[in-house]
Amino acid sequence: MLKIDRRLIVHFDWTLLLIVLLIIGCGVTTVLSATHSAARPVSSSVVRQLAWAGVGLLAMLAALSFDYRRLESWAYVIYAGALLLLILVPVLGAVGGGSRRWLILGPASLQPSEFIKLALVVALARWLHRMTGDQPLPIRALIVPLALFLPAGLLILRQPDLGTAMVLGLTVASLVLLAGFRVRYVLIALAVIAPALPFVWSHLKPYQKQRLTTFLDPMADPLGAGYHVIQSEIAIGSGQVWGKGFLHGTQSKLNFLPEQHTDFIFSVFAEEWGFIGAMVMLTLYLALLLRCFMVATRAKDAFGTLLAFGITATIFWQVLINLGMATGSLPVVGITLPFVSYGGSSLLALMIGIGLLMNIGMRRFTF
Amino acid sequence: MIPLAQRETPVALRRRLAVFLIATIVGLLGLVSRLWILQVIEGEEKRVLSENNRIRLHRVHATRGTVLDRNGQVVVDSRPSFDAVLVPEDTSNLAVTVENLAQLLQQSSAETQSILHQAKGRPAFQEVVVKRDVNWNDMVALETHQLDLPGVSLTITPRRSYPLGATLSQLLGYVSEVSEKELAADPRYRMGDLIGKTGLERGWESALRGVDGGQQIEVDAVGRKLRVLREVEEVPGNTVTLTVDLEVQAAAERALGERDGSIVALDPTSGEILAYVNHPSYDPNVFAHGVSADEWQRLMKDPHHPLTHRAIQGQYPPGSTFKFIMATAAIEEGVINPFTRIHCGGGVQFGGHYFRCWKKGGHGALDLHEALVQSCDVFFYQLAQRMQIDTIARYARAFGLGMPTGIALEHEKTGTIPDVAWKKKRFHQPWYAGETLSVAIGQGYVTATPLQMANAIATMATGSRFRPHFVKQVATPDGEVIERLGPERTHQLKVRETTLKLVRDALRDVVQSDRGTGKKARLKTVEVAGKTGTSQVVKLGEVRLKAAQIPWQSRDHAWFVAYAPADNPEIAVAAIVEHADGGGGAIAAPAVHDVLDTYFRLREARGKANYAQNRSPADRPL
Repeated sequence: MLKIDRRLIVHFDWTLLLIVLLIIGCGVTTVLSATHSAARPVSSSVVRQLAWAGVGLLAMLAALSFDYRRLESWAYVIYAGALLLLILVPVLGAVGGGSRRWLILGPASLQPSEFIKLALVVALARWLHRMTGDQPLPIRALIVPLALFLPAGLLILRQPDLGTAMVLGLTVASLVLLAGFRVRYVLIALAVIAPALPFVWSHLKPYQKQRLTTFLDPMADPLGAGYHVIQSEIAIGSGQVWGKGFLHGTQSKLNFLPEQHTDFIFSVFAEEWGFIGAMVMLTLYLALLLRCFMVATRAKDAFGTLLAFGITATIFWQVLINLGMATGSLPVVGITLPFVSYGGSSLLALMIGIGLLMNIGMRRFTF
Repeated sequence: MIPLAQRETPVALRRRLAVFLIATIVGLLGLVSRLWILQVIEGEEKRVLSENNRIRLHRVHATRGTVLDRNGQVVVDSRPSFDAVLVPEDTSNLAVTVENLAQLLQQSSAETQSILHQAKGRPAFQEVVVKRDVNWNDMVALETHQLDLPGVSLTITPRRSYPLGATLSQLLGYVSEVSEKELAADPRYRMGDLIGKTGLERGWESALRGVDGGQQIEVDAVGRKLRVLREVEEVPGNTVTLTVDLEVQAAAERALGERDGSIVALDPTSGEILAYVNHPSYDPNVFAHGVSADEWQRLMKDPHHPLTHRAIQGQYPPGSTFKFIMATAAIEEGVINPFTRIHCGGGVQFGGHYFRCWKKGGHGALDLHEALVQSCDVFFYQLAQRMQIDTIARYARAFGLGMPTGIALEHEKTGTIPDVAWKKKRFHQPWYAGETLSVAIGQGYVTATPLQMANAIATMATGSRFRPHFVKQVATPDGEVIERLGPERTHQLKVRETTLKLVRDALRDVVQSDRGTGKKARLKTVEVAGKTGTSQVVKLGEVRLKAAQIPWQSRDHAWFVAYAPADNPEIAVAAIVEHADGGGGAIAAPAVHDVLDTYFRLREARGKANYAQNRSPADRPL
């Protein structure tokens, strides 16, 4: 039984929905282009992506249908559930591209690492909001955030998925800073984690190490690790100002560009739509993030603010790292471009996140 | 209940949000500027790269490292191989091109099909190797018909070559195309790369492999090379120097001849392998680009088992060579003293069995020294009756038997040193005293590999056991030494010096005395110490048969283990000749003689320094 308050409908964030749908639209057309071939103009990836977007819309509706404050009491349960899924991955998971990231559920496969991002944000918002105030937080309050982050972070690193682990870490750091830890406390926390870095390094796959070292010296391996970046830069650059036009990208058509419908999808987009198109996409992301910040600022309680900001930070870091990597400004780690890259779990998790944001935004006037 | 979340957003929180908002905008602006550079400023340049020209990656395979013997002679090398390759993207009609190619190279249509098939799954700009190692005539044909063969070219890749053929092949191992599993494990490998599969090639893969280089080549629409954009020089593999001396190796190979068996020579003061013979053997060259099914079948079905790595996988009863260990144990444990005399009447009755001595009429009364020199079986049967099997086993293990030597080769067998616990575990039966008698003369359940026996006699010679190793050093192609492998002591005998001296004196007389069973190993210039052995393959009846009367597979193995010089050992040798026409003294001792003779002649000629330089004194702390 869903009791809908009229004020909620009035305050429904149509702008946010429109922005998200536009970005998803960009994504689907780009997936279409990236997987397009004469023999098969519309690939199954496109159909699946659209189906996931539909499921995502329903999930989004579900995520805004209840009062988000109820999440507070469920926060740790949700976190524990997501962590359990993540733990199941190495046990039951399917292997793809050399790592184990997926759980197979009937016709669909689920990537628990996408959902733990959201669950971690909820759990952190619960822990942090009760102590945040005008005073800096004591350093011992960092223990719980670290304890929440580490199991998830390490499990994801083991998959191995360096990119997602990085986004997770950056999101936690952002939230913790926002909650009012002094910068130096966060630095101390990093110093505590720092001894683990050699451990992390030793657990990286050789190709990951190579990508990181290649970033520092891209000339070292133009044939191997540097190849992705070089091809991506050529694809993006060759789009010039106006782009080569929809379905007319050549770099991607000739398979010069690897992983073109997932991690490197922006290169396909920028090749076909040029600088203008890229600016449109960046503007859409900027609008999305501004809207998210607005929700965070206007939320009527600290829990809402922290929750909204956590979701915002996740999206922001993914956009920044993915685009930074596609343009050769950051090392290549596997990370999807929110709402654009092909991938059901990523889309679904993000749309649930947007649903929660809308939830917070709608209820800023209720008591 | 008051909802937990009833807490106003603090002002400070909002202020910090603003800071993050600014950071977000700065981050996005950074991306805008990067895109501006790529698409507007460098856009034209990138467009030229992407549209008119395509970038092709051309890998330049690193030359695999050379392997030298201890004197710098080439053992393994690489030579250039001319491969015909095809880039499917560069040919307008792939089927026609492949057909033309097949005609020129006189390949069958089945092979042609397989090439087409190979080309299908891969990106069109990737080279497909059509034929490896094309000969001169084919090369000329390809060059002259280039116009009919768009997309076809010749590339040079280094190919592994083993100029010595079957020599040392079990130790060197071989290279072959990388497997799916190996590809998944290490992303530096690409399909079709060569990788060390066994032996040195595998164990020192990372040192030998080198780093592939490559070129980023700009090509036009038909695949013609326009210019090289970037180039990375390949780094050739490192040079590995073996401890093996090819001339000693050759002498050992000659000494064994066409007979099946193994000869291992090593430096007892360091564990450096000087010669390593397994016969029969195989030629690793045939594995380099995939062994043919016929060849493989032939190797597998050969009754002489050329693929068995006898030195570390052949588990033979050590026969009488085991007696030097028995002797050490008996003296050290005080079971007998050096003057204890035991009478040999040609055999002993024990537990309903008659255990015979090899000498029909018996040796009469003798002490331990003479028992070793003449290899009297009865003497050792008597020792067995006075000792526990577990005590014997403990000494055998102290000499390194019943366990891997730790040489860096795969699939090393441990041999067997039986004791009470072993029998219980293996057969669920108690140990019977009669079985100790067989063990005392190296028969029964006892087995050892030739390398273990070489190591054991080396331990006897110096009192220390070292891990056998065959790599002396690894150096860059420029000669800069990266790694030097010194001696690694794995055990020091805890046996009185007087005991060792007693046994060593006897071993010297095995060779130096005219009564000794090993006198055929005697050298003119250097004193040799050793022990013969003849091990039964099949338990024969009461009647002794001559070798010629027994089928080949059932004939005894002939053993000889030795070290020299007797007073200051620098080489230890173990030789086994399978199914020999005679005992260790007649068959194996002359073989060891030849190896030692060559070694000492070479040492004289080259000067002792060659061998002495890397030797470490045995008294170096553990």
